[in-house]
Amino acid sequence: MSDLTDLTIAEAREHLAQKKISAVELAKAYQSRMVGHKDFNAYIIETPEIALAAAKVSDEKIAKGKAGIMEGIPIAVKDLFCTRGVLSTACSGILAGFKPPYESTVTANIFGAGAVMLGKTNMDEFAMGSANLNSFYGAVKNPWKRKKDNKDLVPGGSSGGSAAAVAARICAGALGSDTGGSIRQPASFTGTVGIKPTYGRCSRWGMIAFASSLDQAGSIARTVQDAAIMLEAISGFDEKDSTSAEMQTPKFEKALAVKDVKGLKIGIPKEYHSERLDPEIKKLWESGADWLKKQGAEIVDISLPHSKYALPVYYIIAPAEASSNLARYDGVRYGLRIVESADSLDEMYMKTRGEGFGPEVKRRIMMGTYVLSAGYYDAYYRQAQKVRKLIIRDFDEAFKKVDVILTPTTPSAAFALDEKPTDPVEMYLNDIFTVPVNLAGIPAISVPAGLSKDGLPLGLQLIGKMWDEETLFRVGGVLETAADFKTRAL
Amino acid sequence: MSLIKGNTGEWEMVIGLEVHAQVNSNSKLFSGASTHFGAEPNTQVSLVDAAMPGMLPVLNEFCVEQAVRTGLALKAQINLKSIFDRKNYFYPDLPQGYQISQFSHPIIGKGKIILDMPGGEKREIGITRLHLEQDAGKSLHDQSPSSTFIDLNRSGIALMEIVSEPDLRTAEEAGEYMKKMRQILRYIGTCDGDMEKGSMRCDANVSVRKPGGKLGTRCEIKNLNSIKNIIKAIEYEAARQVEIIEGGGEIRQETRLFDPDKNETRTMRSKEDAHDYRYFPDPDLYPLVLTQEFVDKIKKTLPELPDEKRERYVREMKLSEYDAAVLTAEKETTEYFEEVAKKTDPKLAANWITAELFGRLNKAGLGIAQSPVSAANTSSLVSMIQDNTISGKIAKQVFDIMFETGDDPKTIVKNHGLEQVTDTGAIEKIVDEVLAANPDKVAEYKGGKDKLFGFFVGQVMKISGGKVNPAMVNDLLKKKL
Repeated sequence: MSDLTDLTIAEAREHLAQKKISAVELAKAYQSRMVGHKDFNAYIIETPEIALAAAKVSDEKIAKGKAGIMEGIPIAVKDLFCTRGVLSTACSGILAGFKPPYESTVTANIFGAGAVMLGKTNMDEFAMGSANLNSFYGAVKNPWKRKKDNKDLVPGGSSGGSAAAVAARICAGALGSDTGGSIRQPASFTGTVGIKPTYGRCSRWGMIAFASSLDQAGSIARTVQDAAIMLEAISGFDEKDSTSAEMQTPKFEKALAVKDVKGLKIGIPKEYHSERLDPEIKKLWESGADWLKKQGAEIVDISLPHSKYALPVYYIIAPAEASSNLARYDGVRYGLRIVESADSLDEMYMKTRGEGFGPEVKRRIMMGTYVLSAGYYDAYYRQAQKVRKLIIRDFDEAFKKVDVILTPTTPSAAFALDEKPTDPVEMYLNDIFTVPVNLAGIPAISVPAGLSKDGLPLGLQLIGKMWDEETLFRVGGVLETAADFKTRAL
Repeated sequence: MSLIKGNTGEWEMVIGLEVHAQVNSNSKLFSGASTHFGAEPNTQVSLVDAAMPGMLPVLNEFCVEQAVRTGLALKAQINLKSIFDRKNYFYPDLPQGYQISQFSHPIIGKGKIILDMPGGEKREIGITRLHLEQDAGKSLHDQSPSSTFIDLNRSGIALMEIVSEPDLRTAEEAGEYMKKMRQILRYIGTCDGDMEKGSMRCDANVSVRKPGGKLGTRCEIKNLNSIKNIIKAIEYEAARQVEIIEGGGEIRQETRLFDPDKNETRTMRSKEDAHDYRYFPDPDLYPLVLTQEFVDKIKKTLPELPDEKRERYVREMKLSEYDAAVLTAEKETTEYFEEVAKKTDPKLAANWITAELFGRLNKAGLGIAQSPVSAANTSSLVSMIQDNTISGKIAKQVFDIMFETGDDPKTIVKNHGLEQVTDTGAIEKIVDEVLAANPDKVAEYKGGKDKLFGFFVGQVMKISGGKVNPAMVNDLLKKKL
């Protein structure tokens, strides 16, 4: 048998069910591969004992015929999720050493479905970033290399560790979170599939908050089917999260059974075309539309007139919420506390937060504090909320005409670690295609669709109606087959 | 209305109160942790109350019910849609770094409260709004010379902040307002009103002006924890302001603290130092939407309110205004009275409670809740008076014993042989005795000295030890004389 780490989740599950392999063997295979790829810095902590213990339990459950939908599948967990007794820091120095006495609902769900945790993955601090350069634990390297040079590339962010781990096959799939593109953008940069479900599909309980009205958990995997399996495992109503939706989780995997897109209308938003759009990306986008057309879909031009405001709106709302969400990291109860040479309470706060947070987090706390301040609230925060409503209405109008919207996931392929834009706004432009989706609360998936001339993966994004992840998986499956993306990072 | 006499004439106070009332609820506003008072520090703290990473608030429906119940009792507008906002500030006993409160869309809108001033005057005071919010924890500064300790037991307990219009004009009115608010909340069971435990506290906004003139600059006095302190703090503050203005100074808008030991208010922070709380809707909670049915259901369970009760006592039970007011002042008193009056004449019951029971309780320094005489026993005593088992005079003796022993009156009367004599033969015998022993008085009476009738009654009572029925004695004496 070839390397067990080559198996997709669906294949591994098949092998396990047929007792061709055991969960313990599978976990060990991943662990030995992890040893060889520590240089990507994808994991901030590995949990081999937990993995082997869980794999053993999975083998027993499989033997008894009581396997869950992810029984024995080794996964990686973004460090944003609180995992009981295991380091959970959101890759921030302010939470250094923090081990929560509780398990997030999403991880509890996926472990309940049988998944085995290999470790926690690196990410941008508090999920703020698009290149995984803002981590307390250092940058993550993309397993992909481009043809023209041997530079280390970024994996995207903020779920950069998760995406890199999936691309490097040092996990079968990984949990991510997406506030403005943090699953889809790294998926695009690493040639993996990433889905951000509808806001409210997954519980946010125990997921360290960045921007509460935008944060959603999701999955990164090698195939659309694997992403569907994982999403099904983590979804579901949770009474502990007031914004989680009280609805049944569909059998997402079944949506893939329909192998065509006959009768579906695919929208192409004209506003996403711009003169600045990289011709390579434009070409890929057109190919995507062609493939779907050939499979029976109708391509429809649509308009999302307010999408040009999405980025500024996002960079008002997300920092505003973050400035408040991150106030709890004050050095009083847990995490970092700096009292040395702090002569007053205020000094303790300033030193602790000054040292504990990285520069991007500080920048966003300042922006958020500013836009909520007296005298500026109406001009920024309130105005942004109004425009957010218009953006939602754009999508509502569009979805009266089409079933799914097709766009590029990112405006470019992965860039090198040392090519980080000096202007933060340049960096924020990475999320230009993904951010409107979060503002509208709707689901979207990124599917690898081709290679850049440099030989780097590029993804296409499918945006769906509220609660209609099933159509995304169906169309995503068709796109995946048509693109026939087989190249691996290594 | 009393005014402050200054050197330049009279001044009028303008006062508004913000009452913070802890909601009577077993669990906190956004977590399942217990709200029991007096537990060991940090033993009633959920992950949410401690603001652990990734924790989320879930609204306690019972607290919402309590707020609506209070709104209905204050004849206020119930807002079917309200919004929870975050009030952001840093303090160690505020774990989230923000308090979840309601800013621009409170659950309860305008209402009113009627004050019955001691002179008999009625004053209507407007309620601006009532909103729900989280209480903070407690900072303990007295546990160590170098550290502050934090107790999060109170963190996240539900508070109702009830804001009045600036309709109060004297410190006394402010005191009456607080009493009335407390009375209403206790009647409907939405707050225990225990100011000593901090279940009810208030901030007072005070300014002075020439009567009917332009509003003055106000100062806010924080955290007043007794009615006595509210009155003293307002009186001090108003006098301070008058002195400054008359001295040619200006009032600075600021937040002040009252020091009950020195009986003065001091600057806590000036307007310039005021926090910018950066209120914004809490993205962890959707707007709170109530149905009219939800409100109507609560309305049906609303008990009779003190004002309505008092009016009914006067109208239906024919009690005096005074007795009705006294009997409805406290929930416990009303309950006691209604229990006694259930089987007895309400007027007689009212007299016994206000005169006899209260007299003894006051003397013993007890509240009605600690009364040694149960309502059932008072009721049975009043019944015994009504059916002539004992006279009113004997009843007082019996009541003394009841107050001392807590025994029921029937047993006492029986054991002490205090039943009223209603046997005509027996009474006649005593009457005859008295008449025979006082022939001269009988002659004087018959000669027209009517006043002597009372003398004969008194003699009969004395010999019988007060046990004979006075009405029967009267009848017999009249017949015989």
